[in-house]
Amino acid sequence: MSDERTPSPDQDILAEIQAEVAHELEEERPPAGGPVYQVVGALVALVVGIGGAVLAYGYGLGSLRQPGPGLWPFVVSIAITLMAVALLVVGRGLTDSEKFTRSSVLPAVGLLTFIVLALLMPVIGFEIPSLLLCVVWLRFLGGESWRSTIITAGVTVAAFYFLFLYGLRIPLPHLF
Amino acid sequence: MDVNAFLDGFGLVTEPQNLLYCLIGVLIGMLIGVLPGLGPAATIAILLPITYSIDPVSAIIMLAGIYYGAQYGGTITSVLLRLPGEASSVVTVFDGFALAKQGKAGTALGIAAIGSFVGATVSILGLTLVAPLIAGWALNFGDPEYAALALLGVLLVATIGNGNKLKAMIAAAFGLLLATIGRDSFSGAERFTFGSLQLTEGIDFVVVAMGLFGVGEILYNLEERHGKPHVPAAVANIWPSRKDLKQSSGAIGRGSVIGFVLGVLPGGGAVMSSLAAYATEKRISKHPERFGRGAIEGVAAPETANNAAATSSFIPLLTLGIPANASMAMLFGALLILGISPGPQLVEERPDLFWGVINSMYIGNLILLVLSIPLVGIFVRILRVRPAILAPITALITILGVYTINNSTFDIFVMIVFGLIGYLMKKVGFEPGPMVLAFVLGSIVEDGVRRSMLIFDGDPTGFFTRPISGTILAAFVLVALWPAAKAMLGRRKAATVAEAPAERDNVDTPTR
Repeated sequence: MSDERTPSPDQDILAEIQAEVAHELEEERPPAGGPVYQVVGALVALVVGIGGAVLAYGYGLGSLRQPGPGLWPFVVSIAITLMAVALLVVGRGLTDSEKFTRSSVLPAVGLLTFIVLALLMPVIGFEIPSLLLCVVWLRFLGGESWRSTIITAGVTVAAFYFLFLYGLRIPLPHLF
Repeated sequence: MDVNAFLDGFGLVTEPQNLLYCLIGVLIGMLIGVLPGLGPAATIAILLPITYSIDPVSAIIMLAGIYYGAQYGGTITSVLLRLPGEASSVVTVFDGFALAKQGKAGTALGIAAIGSFVGATVSILGLTLVAPLIAGWALNFGDPEYAALALLGVLLVATIGNGNKLKAMIAAAFGLLLATIGRDSFSGAERFTFGSLQLTEGIDFVVVAMGLFGVGEILYNLEERHGKPHVPAAVANIWPSRKDLKQSSGAIGRGSVIGFVLGVLPGGGAVMSSLAAYATEKRISKHPERFGRGAIEGVAAPETANNAAATSSFIPLLTLGIPANASMAMLFGALLILGISPGPQLVEERPDLFWGVINSMYIGNLILLVLSIPLVGIFVRILRVRPAILAPITALITILGVYTINNSTFDIFVMIVFGLIGYLMKKVGFEPGPMVLAFVLGSIVEDGVRRSMLIFDGDPTGFFTRPISGTILAAFVLVALWPAAKAMLGRRKAATVAEAPAERDNVDTPTR
């Protein structure tokens, strides 16, 4: 490290440690997504900003003396829009996104089990859907053996049954 | 300080029920600190529904315990596995893991536990003395001051975090916008409800937090971080020798002070203070080259500081009603659920809660010291539990928990939507933390601004002419423009260095 780059040694140690920490965290991360991810992120923010501003304008801005219901959301939306444009310009080279890979299927399946549980619970109670969720997560998303899957799923659901219905006395929809 | 209220607080904490919840809280905190994956904010978010069914003081004591307990747990994985359980333990990895490789893992853990305990206790003492003073001073705050303060809090959390500042600020602004959904409290007009009846009441904070933090993090962890359990090194000799203690006592003392001071700053908190404490030790050491190769001070300082900071970050929450980080935002939300709005009036109106929570930390830290020195072996064994087994359990707690709030499946779907948003935000590099924080402060900012505009008769310069709100807003502008200024400074510095290395004294002059 050349002498010119170290204006004060104090600053340097902290910066050095921060870089080291960033590097440390970097090793854990999957590959970055690249400019497309950054542009999409900024565009979504831009759409939210513009959409919010248009809707808020419709709610009535009022005046500074008598602020209408739309004034505050309008101001916030404009701020989002401006920052999104700035991000679009300067943010293309950022490396803080993460590529979707084949393992991104796992959270998609996980999300699906959430939805299925929410749909089934009011109909047939929470026990069977919960058991199904556990089996899917343990066996297919987690790669557990069938033995471990069945034991863990059974114990978990039984524990929740007693915890909610008897321990906390919270009326979850239940079949049994 | 009201000594009677303080002592009553102790009486409250030592009630068996509260002791039990304190124990449960720090145990959960320590567990999630040890286990990679869920952080304290996510855990508190997932457990928020429980605040509906137990006593308010007990609930807050437990949730607070999760937060500071996690700071203890994070150390264990840093030292034994080179995996920081929490961001604030990242610097501990350097020397902690080096010590573990030399067979001194026990020493590192022991010193870290003692440092954590000392740091936290010093910080609670500070909290006990300082908090009532700040609260008393802040009682004079009016709407403009609150609006300005809440805005500054949002901004600080957004900008002092790790990631890109612009993205964090966008996320925060999005949170502010989200808070406007529902019926406007001034005019009764409906905003962003799209005709939905369920949305007129606004979106429930708990549901948003459970989605963004809880479900978002669960899904995110599902993608990358499941796999083989890690086999930690054996831990022996947890009691540090007198020599080790002597060597690290200075670091522990300095770490306590650094942690306390930085923890008070919104957004500063545990991460920054652990870095600063480590840097300080390295700077003043006679043998800085030892750092990174197993210097015991390199473990003592950051671990002391992050616990001190975790404790002092309660100050802005309990005295001003401004959460300093994502976990504090969760506690803020929990208090709101209980019908308590945190702020300077808290110490007067709910002394039981105020002192109950503060005093529970003395006891909680004592429990944690016991858990992390004699009982550390148990937690080391927990590291062998496979993450795949825990994932469905957390998922179920989250779904069933959110349902119990209003017995509503609609809430589950709202939570799932926010979970998806949280997951996608992480994928494209937006941190959900600032968004949740801004969401919880959103209505304070909006109401404050609008009421102030009425007071000022439509003249926004009124914010700047009042001394306190003016100062806060000046700080706001400074913080907001700092990243841009720094970037410009950096560019100029690079240019100066390239053109004329001799002129390097100029680089510290701030750019306009």
